[in-house]
Amino acid sequence: MIRFDGVGVAYAEADRAVLRDVDLTIEEGELCLVIGPTGSGKSTLLGAMNGLVPHFTGGTLTGMVTVDGRDTRTHPPRELADVIGYVGQDPAAGFVTDSVEEELAYSMEHLALDPPVMRKRVEEILDLLGLAHLRDRPLRTLSGGEQQRVAIGAALTAHPRVLVLDEPTSALDPTAAEEVIAAITRLVHDLGMTVVLAEHRLERVIQHADRVVRIGTDGTVVGGAPGAVLATVDDVPPIVGLARLAGWEPVPLSIRDARRSAPALRERLAAEGRAASPAATGAGSAAGSGAAPGADPVGATVLEAHGVTVTYGSVVAVREVDLALASGSIAAVMGRNGSGKSSLLWAIQGSGPRLRGSVTVAGRDPRDLPAADARRSVGLVPQDADDLLYLETVAAECAQADRETSAAAGSCRAVLDRLVAGVPDEAHPRDLSEGQRLALVLAIQLTAEPTVVLLDEPTRGLDYAAKRHLATILQGLASAGHAILLSTHDVEFVATVADRVLVMADGDIVADGPAADVLVASPSFAPQVARILAPSRWLTVDAVAHALGPTEVPA
Amino acid sequence: MVPAGAVVADSRRASISLGTGRLPRALHPVAWWIWAIGLATAASRTTNPLLLGLIIAVAAFVVSERRSDAPWARGFRGYLIAGLVIVVLRVVYRILFGGDYGDHILVTLPEVPLPDWAVGVSIGGVVTLESVLAAAYDGLRLATLIICIGAANVLADPRRLLRSVPSALYELGATLVVAVSVAPQLAESVGRVRRARRLRGGGGRGMRALIGILIPVLEDALHRSLALAAAMDSRGYGRSAHVPLRTRRLTGALVIGGLIGICVGAYGVLDETVPPILGLPMLLAGTTAAIAGFAIGGRRLDRTTYRPDPWGGTETLVAATGIAAAVAMFVAGIADPASLQPSLIPLGWPGLAPIATIGILVAALPAWLAPPVRMPADVALSLPAASAPGARP
Repeated sequence: MIRFDGVGVAYAEADRAVLRDVDLTIEEGELCLVIGPTGSGKSTLLGAMNGLVPHFTGGTLTGMVTVDGRDTRTHPPRELADVIGYVGQDPAAGFVTDSVEEELAYSMEHLALDPPVMRKRVEEILDLLGLAHLRDRPLRTLSGGEQQRVAIGAALTAHPRVLVLDEPTSALDPTAAEEVIAAITRLVHDLGMTVVLAEHRLERVIQHADRVVRIGTDGTVVGGAPGAVLATVDDVPPIVGLARLAGWEPVPLSIRDARRSAPALRERLAAEGRAASPAATGAGSAAGSGAAPGADPVGATVLEAHGVTVTYGSVVAVREVDLALASGSIAAVMGRNGSGKSSLLWAIQGSGPRLRGSVTVAGRDPRDLPAADARRSVGLVPQDADDLLYLETVAAECAQADRETSAAAGSCRAVLDRLVAGVPDEAHPRDLSEGQRLALVLAIQLTAEPTVVLLDEPTRGLDYAAKRHLATILQGLASAGHAILLSTHDVEFVATVADRVLVMADGDIVADGPAADVLVASPSFAPQVARILAPSRWLTVDAVAHALGPTEVPA
Repeated sequence: MVPAGAVVADSRRASISLGTGRLPRALHPVAWWIWAIGLATAASRTTNPLLLGLIIAVAAFVVSERRSDAPWARGFRGYLIAGLVIVVLRVVYRILFGGDYGDHILVTLPEVPLPDWAVGVSIGGVVTLESVLAAAYDGLRLATLIICIGAANVLADPRRLLRSVPSALYELGATLVVAVSVAPQLAESVGRVRRARRLRGGGGRGMRALIGILIPVLEDALHRSLALAAAMDSRGYGRSAHVPLRTRRLTGALVIGGLIGICVGAYGVLDETVPPILGLPMLLAGTTAAIAGFAIGGRRLDRTTYRPDPWGGTETLVAATGIAAAVAMFVAGIADPASLQPSLIPLGWPGLAPIATIGILVAALPAWLAPPVRMPADVALSLPAASAPGARP
């Protein structure tokens, strides 16, 4: 269906090729998963499939890519629209019209299909993806999962033979992500559609994949069966990590298969006598650090919020929330998109709207302080962290941060070096990797030495290595006495880093407790290890490894 | 499938749709625009406050009867407020800058002495009833024009109107669509970045703060535009548009030249002081050129329209009522010019010229003629639960 013959892609300004020597064949009817660290060229590989690379992005393509026999060198994306549907990273950014139905019809209008055919296909796709009740809705009012499904539907109405999806679930909460994945697997199984998708969070899709294509940091590509490719990868989803630890063969990829292999491990853990105690599993340690979990000392309460209420017009985003944060603790807020997580963080920081309620940090409400002082009590790293950056170089941003906070020159740079090593001074902030950019923003906020650090969706777009590093950073901050509250959809990250989990729904906090208690009990928020080892309360592979003792861990 | 409660819930709309057997649907946007332009043309010919008030009332009535629940249909109040602001500003300016025309003195303001170079400009002084009325009438005329255009804007979905743009002007239409989508996002991203600036302690004042907001917003806008352009391209936008350069230039010249001709011609028809050659002849020449351009250009793009808006008898009728109002005003202007421009010296009460009044009232007919608006299915289904809990099965 799709063939790459000796393909290389290079951009003029980059010192090395993004992709090189790619020989790859994707067969008809496959679900092909593209993995690789951030910035390794996943989007470039996907873009090369429908001709966006190089027709749209520029750069030099060597070798040949053919889709259904058509050469992308002579066929720009618009000429391939009838064989390959492409959905970019942010579906909302690709919407051309403003209502669901018109968006679905857009491609067909350009393929000059007859109006009766268009009408029929729109109805079919509305049913196939469960969008019929949304047909007249403005696209802007849809939730993230619905928008993603509309974007997929809009690509499908052209009846392409291949569907290419770039990180379709990265911005979605676990339930919405499952909806989208379910829609995709349905296309593969029921309609025989060929699907190629890139994804960071392998745990979500690995079980459905027929083939995994891994892009290395040097731009080379390895393709093969999921088990075989994963065997060559260090950063694996928890289910594979657990399988390696327990020595299961073949490596299970679905929870169902893993549970069938798990009884022996569960018994062994029970025999070790260390299972099932929240203290042993509650606060995980950074992957690989091997430190004793649960040792974080939880200090005095540094932030107290009472009756925090946020409304937008007649919509109550946050309803009379009470919250206390202790120094040295890491709390995670979870919940659906639109459940009020971000509004709560902004209201606590004082920069966002707050209708009622009080927040007290060291006797003062950050909202009543001037902005420059508010950030010394509560620092917030927003979801769009890039919004804070506006200067040309990393050095200039750091210097500006020092000036803003009247810190000694070089403070911000020192913080940044502590967070991640080797960010070049002269680099443009936009050229940094996602992880480095997040670290830069975090460093800028930490220069003010806030008592409480809030992070809104910090794990978006981070690969396993970057997330592991972020976990280490956050644990370091907590042990330095900061109170940390983060909002995220990433269950596995929460299991690794948080010692307390709050779940929000419809503006209320519906669950608040130690991570193990809240996560294990929840059908959508339970991490993979908990699902496999339930009813024992294990959250992370590291916790299990630690319980089994160091000698048991194979290299 | 539709519960009976849905019909009960909105008896007004229901009786219209059932009584005449007409199904709710959206009227062709061009029909609404012709109707509104007709009304606006009528308004431009008169300063009679009674006629202008009647035109506003007719526009407001039709809007209240035939407006949908879509987000773009909620702005009519804004146009009314804009109209009021225009009238007030006009009057205030006249009071401040010389209102000594006529002899019914309302009030005498202290005059501000101005230096010699400001000859002919005076601030304060005598304010007469005549000058205030003249300003108010003039302001009201402009306000009425804006309210008529506003009515068209809330009655016809601007995007559907863009879809009626002939395919020769397709790029222009598409550019407008992108602009329409990106503009609200720009406002949203300015808001987001300003909030983010506060997180860094505000970031100073003046130029520095402006750069702090501008750079992320522009980067974001650029990023979005590129993503949108990539998405449009991947979905077949601009497909098989292989047209020889000469044809493309010819089409562009004809269409743009024609449109300029139409603008100049329309201005000539509306303003009596312009040489007659710039009036009707120019309008006709412009229209011919534009149609020729569309005809040549229309052949080149191979694309179709999903659920095209049909143009039926109702559309013709609605458009005709607007034109009727304009024609009636022209006829009234020829028969009795004084009735359209109420006398200020000597002061006299404005009267309702019969022909003009009937013409304007005809333009209220679309409140019944136009088909009822289509409600989104989920709203229609949720109505019985909200308004008549007892009617639930």
